[in-house]
Amino acid sequence: MTTPDSGTAPVAAPPDPMWPEPFEVRQVARETGDTFTLTLVPKVGSQPHPFAPGQFNMLYVFGVGEVPISISGDPDRPELLVHTIRAVGATTRALQKLKRGDQVGVRGPFGTRWPVDQAHGQDIVLVAGGIGLAPIRPVVYHVLRHRALYGRVVLLYGARTPHDILYARELRDWRGRFDAEVEVTVDRATIEWQGGVGVVTKLIQRSPFDPSSAVAMICGPEVMIRFASLALEKRGMTTASIHVSMERNMKCAVGLCGHCQLGPHFVCKDGPVFRYERIEPLFGLREV
Amino acid sequence: MTIQSFEKVLAEHPFFKGLRPEHLDTLVGCAANVRFTAGDFLFREGQRIDHFWVIREGKVTVEVFVPNKGEVTIETVEGGEVLGWSWLFPPYKAHFDARALTHVRALSLDGACLRGKCEKDTVLGYEFMRRFNQLIVERLEATRMQLLDLYGDDDAR
Ligand SMILES: Cc1cc2nc3c(=O)[nH]c(=O)nc-3n(C[C@H](O)[C@H](O)[C@H](O)COP(=O)(O)OP(=O)(O)OC[C@H]3O[C@@H](n4cnc5c(N)ncnc54)[C@H](O)[C@@H]3O)c2cc1C
Ligand code: FES
Repeated sequence: MTTPDSGTAPVAAPPDPMWPEPFEVRQVARETGDTFTLTLVPKVGSQPHPFAPGQFNMLYVFGVGEVPISISGDPDRPELLVHTIRAVGATTRALQKLKRGDQVGVRGPFGTRWPVDQAHGQDIVLVAGGIGLAPIRPVVYHVLRHRALYGRVVLLYGARTPHDILYARELRDWRGRFDAEVEVTVDRATIEWQGGVGVVTKLIQRSPFDPSSAVAMICGPEVMIRFASLALEKRGMTTASIHVSMERNMKCAVGLCGHCQLGPHFVCKDGPVFRYERIEPLFGLREV
Repeated sequence: MTIQSFEKVLAEHPFFKGLRPEHLDTLVGCAANVRFTAGDFLFREGQRIDHFWVIREGKVTVEVFVPNKGEVTIETVEGGEVLGWSWLFPPYKAHFDARALTHVRALSLDGACLRGKCEKDTVLGYEFMRRFNQLIVERLEATRMQLLDLYGDDDAR
């Protein structure tokens, strides 16, 4: 289990990080064509798993496999363990087929957190692409609940098409607030779509935050992370105030097996959230 | 709108930010105030358009007709941005449709007038082309990102 990278109290660790605890499926909600949100509750005898925004769990489907999935729920409601998952292969498809009452093994929470505590008094710039909005959502919940602690709050979200937009209803709610700036753009659309079309980096150019006093958190495909960071730097931010969430294949999730290695780092325990300046040099390299 | 307020609008628009006052003054001579209501076309594909638009307020969609698919929006351009570079080179014809998605307030700048002024004052010409180049590079990068289909089926999230 990793010590979180912020100065706040560590999140309580489950008894044995290698031992999956049984959780029960409370709800499987369809988000888009291939993406769904799974709500889990502890089985009798299991403890709720408090977590910090940015952390992930290993979800184990009995007889199929185990996958790392970010927690996309509300950190102030740890009794409900929420994950938003895109079905891409054997395990994620098996997760998609689960029904209310089915059982899932959970290990975690693992990994570093988004720097929501260090960002007090600063503008918050959240940039998400595709399924990358899922690991960012706990930050939104946290920041909006503790709104007075932050400067301007900006959420910039890019999706493939209007049908691929995650959490559409919540995005509308957040957008309706007077104290948060929420911009959504899609890569392509038919003319019925009344929103923006273009890449998420374009939203960064005109977003109303103060680059000299902002903390950015980016989650999405690696190419998008690179372009988004460049756009933030063009606006005057430094790579020290940009944080990104990385993905690598994982097995143990506790820094033992080396499966998740990214240069000198293990994504499972040094990440998945990294300060961009620490890993930027690794982005250009092919086989890391 | 008065000449003075044209100058103010240009000076405050991000595309013209930092342009010398005498250059702004020169550009004002090529500008006209325009408004569109939602649904109006600013231009149609193939149409000669010797203009570009400085969008002050509202949203414009850039569309292309794809057989079997209909109209597809490839980009939206909003207040604070500029639209159109067909005026830079002959035959000054639009490659796409541009339609107001909302009420749009803009300044239209006349291409022939601008080219004349840029040729006469090469410092202004250089500055102007530099800004347009940057815009074109940004749009090219954006198009490349869209082509990569980052959030598609084969992505690495
Ligand atoms: C820290 C971390 C957090 C993650 N959070 C989430 C999340 O919140 N939601 C979510 O849906 N996924 C998330 N992922 C990705 C998820 O773990 C993978 O999609 C999953 O492991 C795939 O397993 P599978 O058995 O279904 O597919 P596999 O059979 O392992 O793979 C099937 C296909 O999917 C591709 N694939 C595998 N892993 C990935 C990946 N990471 N990205 C893109 N394609 C992949 C493979 O190349 C293959 O083509 C996260 C990964 C990490 C490391
Ligand atoms: S998954 Fe084993 S070291 Fe990270």
